[in-house]
Amino acid sequence: MNDLGLAAHQALTLISTLDATLVGIVLLSLQVSLTAIVFSTVIGLPLGAAIAVGRFPGRQAVIVALNALMGLPPVVVGLLVYLMLSRAGPLGALGILFTPAAMIIAQTVLIVPIIAALSRQVIEDAWQEYQEQLRSLGAGPLRAAVTLIWDTRFSLVTIVLAGFGRAAAEVGAVMIVGGNIEGVTRVMTTAIALETSKGDLPLALGLGIILIALVITLNAAAYGIKEAAQRRYG
Amino acid sequence: MLPLALNQVSFVVNGRTIIDRISVQITEGPRTVILGPNGAGKSVLMRLCHGLLRPTSGTILWKGGVNGRRRQAMVFQRPVMLRRSALANIVYGLKLAGISPRECWLRAEDVLEAVGLANVARRPARVLSGGEQQRLAIARAWALGPEVMFLDEPTANLDPGAMRDVERLIGQIRAGGTKIVMTTHNLGQAKRLGDEILFLSRGRLVERAAVDKFFTEPASAEADAFIRGELPWN
Repeated sequence: MNDLGLAAHQALTLISTLDATLVGIVLLSLQVSLTAIVFSTVIGLPLGAAIAVGRFPGRQAVIVALNALMGLPPVVVGLLVYLMLSRAGPLGALGILFTPAAMIIAQTVLIVPIIAALSRQVIEDAWQEYQEQLRSLGAGPLRAAVTLIWDTRFSLVTIVLAGFGRAAAEVGAVMIVGGNIEGVTRVMTTAIALETSKGDLPLALGLGIILIALVITLNAAAYGIKEAAQRRYG
Repeated sequence: MLPLALNQVSFVVNGRTIIDRISVQITEGPRTVILGPNGAGKSVLMRLCHGLLRPTSGTILWKGGVNGRRRQAMVFQRPVMLRRSALANIVYGLKLAGISPRECWLRAEDVLEAVGLANVARRPARVLSGGEQQRLAIARAWALGPEVMFLDEPTANLDPGAMRDVERLIGQIRAGGTKIVMTTHNLGQAKRLGDEILFLSRGRLVERAAVDKFFTEPASAEADAFIRGELPWN
C-alpha cells in the first residue's frame, strides 16, 4: 500500500514537472497512433462505405471476415508485420523494422478492420433509410457513398476515436515491430510493460495515468460530439 | 414525355405477385389519384413508374424514350432529409441533375420562397417540423422542374394544418403545369386533389374513373366496398 502511495506520488510529480523522458514517450505514442489513425481512416472509411453500398458476390463473406478481423490479436499483427519487414521478408529492403514507421504500419493493420467494419454498419443503416431518395434524385453508387459518409459524419467520428483509443492502448504489435528502443520506439504501453518488470513503478504508473486520461478524454469527446450534433442537426 | 404507357406490367417478389398485369396510360392533364386498401400495390406501382423498381414482366414506356427519369420526380411518404440545411437539401438534388452550382443556389432560394420555407432556409433540415420537412421534400422534387411528380401518401403522417399546407402546395405545383400522380388513404383528399381515380386491389387495376363517378357510382364491388369502408378480402 505504501509502495503504491509512494509510486503514485512520484508518478504525479513526473507528470506535473513534465519529466523529459515521460514527455518524450507520450509524444512518440501520440505521433505513432495519430499517424496510424489518419492512414486507417483514409483506408477504412471508403472501404466500409463501398461494402455498405456495393452489391457484389461474396459480400457477406467479406463482412464476416471484416468483423472477425476487428478482434485481431495485436501480437499476431505484430508478428505478421515483423515477418514482412524483417530483413528476409518481402519488404525487408525498406529497412524500417524497429522504427516508428513499422509501428505505424502495424497499428494501421490493426485499426483498418475496426474502422471499416464499424463504419460499414453505420453507413449501411443510413443507406437503408436513404436509398430510395438518393436513387430517386439520380445518385450513383459513388455519389451515394460520399453522401452517406458525410451524413453519418458524427457517428463516424466516434468510430475513428474508438480506433485511436485501440491504437494508443495496444502493446503487443508495437512491442514486436518497434522493439521498445529507448528514445526511438518506446511508447507509453511498451514503456509501462518494461518499467513494471524493471520495478520502476512511478514512471509506469505515470504513463498509465496519462494513458487512462487520454482514453477518457477521447470517449468524452466522442460522446460530446455526438450529443451536440444530435441536438444541432437532428 | 406523357403519356406514360404501362403494358401488362407485373412485379413479383419471392413468388408473391405484388402487381398483377396492369395496363394503363397515364396521360397529361388530370390529377391522378391511386386508391386502394393496404397492400394493394399502390406504392409499388408508383415506384415502378418512377423507375426505382423494374417490372418482372411487361413494359413501362414514356413517350419519346425508354427513360424519362430526369423529367419526373418522386416524393416519399416519409421525407428523407440529409443532415444539412434546408437550402442545401434542395441544392443537393439540383446538383445531381447537373445544374451549375451558382444556378443551383439561386433556384433553391426561389423554390424555398415559393413553398414558404425561406425563413428556415439556413436551419438543419432534420430539426424542422414534420409538415415543414414534407414541404421541403416536395420543394426538392419540384425544384427539378419535373413534368410529372409522383407523391406517395404525402400527408400520411401530418396533422390537419400541415396537411392543408401540403395540399395547397400540390395545387400550386399543378397550377405550374406539373402532372400530379399520388396515392392517399384519405378519401376526402382524393376528392379534393384528384380528377381521376385508379383503384387497385390485390395488385390489379380494378377500376379507373373520374373522381365524381368513382365516389357516386363505383363500377366494381371492391371499390364500392372500399368506399363504404368495408374489407371484403378478409
